[in-house]
Parts: sequence; C-alpha cells; structure tokens
Amino acid sequence: MLAFIVKRLIQSALILLGVSFITFALLYLLPADPVRQIAGRSATPETVANIRTQLGLDKPFVVQYARYLGNLVQGDLGRSYLQKTEVSTLIASRLPASLLLMLGAIVCELVLGITMGVVAALRRGTSTDNALMMASFIGVSAPQFVVGLLMLYVFAVQLHWFPIGGYGTFAHLVLPSITLGILGSGWYSRMMRSSMIDVLRQDFIRTARAKGLSRMRVLSRHALPNAILPIIAMIGIDVGIFMGGIVVVESVFGWPGIGQLAWQAIQRVDIPIIMGVTLVSACAIVIGNLVADIASLFADPRIKVR
Amino acid sequence: MALAETNTALLPPTVWQRLKKRKLALFGMALIFLTLSGAIFAPYLTPYEPNDQMFDGLTMQGAPMAPGAQFALGTDLLGRDLLTRILYGARTSLIIGLVANGVALIIGTFVGVTAGYFGGIWGGILMRFTDLMMAFPALLLAICLAAIFQPSLWIVAMVIATVNWVQTARVLYAETASLSQREFIAAERTLGAGNMRILFRHILPHLTPTIIVWGTLGISTTVLLEATLSFLGVGVQPPTPSWGNIIFENQTYFQAAPWLVFFPGLAIVTLALAFNLVGDALRDVLDPTQRGRA
Repeated sequence: MLAFIVKRLIQSALILLGVSFITFALLYLLPADPVRQIAGRSATPETVANIRTQLGLDKPFVVQYARYLGNLVQGDLGRSYLQKTEVSTLIASRLPASLLLMLGAIVCELVLGITMGVVAALRRGTSTDNALMMASFIGVSAPQFVVGLLMLYVFAVQLHWFPIGGYGTFAHLVLPSITLGILGSGWYSRMMRSSMIDVLRQDFIRTARAKGLSRMRVLSRHALPNAILPIIAMIGIDVGIFMGGIVVVESVFGWPGIGQLAWQAIQRVDIPIIMGVTLVSACAIVIGNLVADIASLFADPRIKVR
Repeated sequence: MALAETNTALLPPTVWQRLKKRKLALFGMALIFLTLSGAIFAPYLTPYEPNDQMFDGLTMQGAPMAPGAQFALGTDLLGRDLLTRILYGARTSLIIGLVANGVALIIGTFVGVTAGYFGGIWGGILMRFTDLMMAFPALLLAICLAAIFQPSLWIVAMVIATVNWVQTARVLYAETASLSQREFIAAERTLGAGNMRILFRHILPHLTPTIIVWGTLGISTTVLLEATLSFLGVGVQPPTPSWGNIIFENQTYFQAAPWLVFFPGLAIVTLALAFNLVGDALRDVLDPTQRGRA
C-alpha cells in the first residue's frame, strides 16, 4: 500500500515536470510579443531591447526554461508582465473563490446525481427511469456557457431569485455551482444507477430481505453504502473537468477565481499568469487523480494494488 | 426454402437489428439526419445569406428583431437572419466534429495500438506522454493552442484533435495489451505472420467495435469543445457562423434578446445529445460484456 502511494507520488512529480516543460515550450512559441505589449506602440527599439534583456527573453530556450524551473521549485511563478504583481500572489488571492465554487459544484453534482441514479435504479425499466436517463444525457450534452446564460436569464433576469453574477453572498454561489455541477451530475447519475443495480443483484441483499428486514432498511443500510462508495471515490477525477469548466463558468458569472484570471490573461497575452494557472490546474488534476486512486483502494479492498 | 427461412430466423440479430429496437438510438439518428440535411440544404431552406446585414433586420431603435413571420427565429445584433446563421453554423459544427474527431481517432488508435502491441520502451514513452496529456486541463490547453495559432476552421479542428485523442489511446492501449497476450496471436506469429499482418488482420478488427463507440461519443465532445472555444472567442472567427460564436457575438444583448442565446444553444445541445444517444446505444449493442444490462 505504502509502496504504491510512493510510486504514484514519484509518477505525479514527473508528470508535473513534463507539464511545466510543455507549457513553457508552448508559450515560447507564442507569436504575440509580450515586450511590445509592455513597451507600448511608441517605444524606441532601444527601450524594447532593454525590456527584452530585463525579462531575460533574449536568452536561448534551454536557459530560459532552466531559470523558470529554478524559480518554480522555490514557489516563484514569476511576475505578471502587465499587472507588475507576483503571479503566485495573484493566484493565491483568486484560488479561494474557485475552490468555493468547486465545492458548491461537488455538492450539486453528488446530490443531483446520486438521487437521480438511485431513483432510476429502483424504477428500472419504467418511464421514470427513461426520463431520468434522458435528463442525464441532456446534462452531459449541454455546454456550460449555454446552461449558465439560460440560468441567468430565467432565475436572475426574469424571476429575480438570484443576483446577476458577482461574488459575495450564498445567493451568488447558487447558479454558478449548479452550472458547473450539471455536467458531473449527468455522469454520476449513470454511474450511480449501474452501481446500484449491481449491488441490488448481490446475494447479501437477498439475504437481508429474506431475514425480514424492511425494504427501506435494506436500501439505506445495505444497498446504498455499498453502491455509493465507488462513486464517492471518483470525486478526485472531477477536478479535471472543473479546471476547464471554471474558465467558462467564471467568465459567464463574473466570478473572481483563477478561471477568470486565466481568461483575462489570455486576452492580454500575459504569459506568466497563463503558465501559472495551467501549472496550478495540472497540479490539482494530478493530486485529484492520486486521491481518487487511493480512495478507490479504501472504497473497495478487493481492488489489487499493482 | 423453408429451411433457409428458419436459418435466417435463428441467426443472432445483426447490429442494425438490435440498434433499431432502441428508441433513443433511433431518436438520436433522426436528430443527426435532421442536422445533416439542414447543413447540406441550407441555401434552399432559407431565402437569406448568412452574412447579409439586412436593413429591415433591425428595429427602428437598431435592436435585433424578435422571432416572427419574416425572420422565423429573429435577427442578431447586426440584422442578420438567425435561422440562416444557425443552418450555416451546422456546417461548421459538423465539419469540425467529423474532421477533428477523425484526426483524434487516428492519433489515439495509432498511439494506443502501437503502445499496447509493441510495449517496451516505445510503449512506455507513448503511455507516459498520454498520462502527461491527461494532466492538462483540455480546455486551457486548447485555449493556449488557439491563442498561439491564429484560429481558422481547420486550425480549430486540429487544436481539438490535439487535446481529444487521449481517452481513445488509453482505452485502446488496455484492449490491445490484453489482446496481444492471447493464444491466437501467438499462433499467428508461429505461423510466420509479420507485425503488420497481425496488427491489421487480427488486432484492428477486434478493436473495431471500441473504435466505433469512442468515435461516435467523441463527435459529441468535439462539438461541445468547438462551441465552447468559439464562445470564448478563440474558436471559429466571425463572420463565419458557428453556434458558439453566434452566442459569443450576441452575449451582451442576451437579457433583451434571449432567443439569440436560446436557439443556437438548443442546436448545440441537440447535436451533442444525438451523438451521445447513438454512441451509448452502440456501446450496449457492440460490447458483448454489456449485453443484457440495460
């Protein structure tokens, strides 16, 4: 078990090294020149050359990457070209908002997904089952910006139940969380349904019924816990879906998280910020996958450690 | 004659026979057919041009027109007919859906199958690279790529292909690795068959069902990714109509003119849903281990 975790940790570190290299290489190839952006249109060639030397952008690729990596290890993600602030500070100040949004989304997708999945499994083959599975298909087929804009229109513009975007109170959190969570709830409801159907088929469920337990008790004490565990273990994997989703959802709802930060940086070609957010996202995804792997070991001890 | 008839009746049902019993799959196929017809026959279905900024396409105050008799789905900010733009936008979505997904499928199959079959250092390098790609948030990577290359229809298709081959590669890698260990492959090799023959005559035919299923589901992912990129302004560029960039262009006006978000949004959901429904039914029908589990 410990050996497995150590091995996965080393793998994760190597993956992150690879991610940093690819991110750096991609942005090195970027045709838009950040120096021009900082210096402005009227700058003399000398000023441009000076800024280039200051930022170290005249050095060869390998030297630039080595310097970048050296700073990275010390937790230094570089400075934003335009905002003149440390990228790590910018990301740190934006991260809590994004984490809050993801937490809201996890709650939404679990509540929605598990409820739909359980009901569909219990009503298997009926029209309720069909309707719920159709709904889950629509959930995974709806792009988040469409869901977000429609939610805004119906619940904020027309019904005035929630504010039109922004950040601060619980009411601000509701619509973005649902928007970010709907995609996942589609997947979860399908997994929950098949997991529940598998469990209900097991011998111990029949035994529980046979020894005279009520249907409610069999469901709540025997079937549900067994069916839910493998689902919960997968939450870590959602991080990957969320990291793309927050760019869209945060820009639709004006939510001040790292997704919005990345989006603004892309429009202004602020390379250190883009690299920083991509790296932080990749870190989160790697950690999420690691947690999911370890969690599934605990959720189902029958899984053999390879 | 009677014997022949009995024999056909006893044959296991073909894929098509099993597929057409599933209402949801038929519904999905109907939606795909509808979108495809809309895209192909767009010039005959609408009297307007997609980029025609019509003088009578805006109200006296210069606002978009609501859906009505003259413009069935209303007009956009620039006075262009929304239905026309959605019909021509279907071309963008389908072209990108098919091309990007086709390229992703070829890359994924090549990486997964060769890594699984040859294994060793080659397989190790390919699969570590696949792991690396899995760690990237696909959307962020696609945004970075789209920002590096000036986005055109084909560049967007290639960007999507670059980030979308990973799942296919992983699934096919696992299947190929286990197939390669089977006796009939060893037997074939003993008989003197070369790698190419084994790969193309034995491995690939076994993988066809998986490739078809992932290929169909992948179109849905591709359509959604294209819409999202275009919505963020780094996908297909206006004036070329795409369902995503119609919403991008009109987003500021959506409170006053919600149809400008609703109809293109509905089109995206419909097409993505259609391929998901068909792909899911194909998975049930083609995968023997899933048979009987509705």
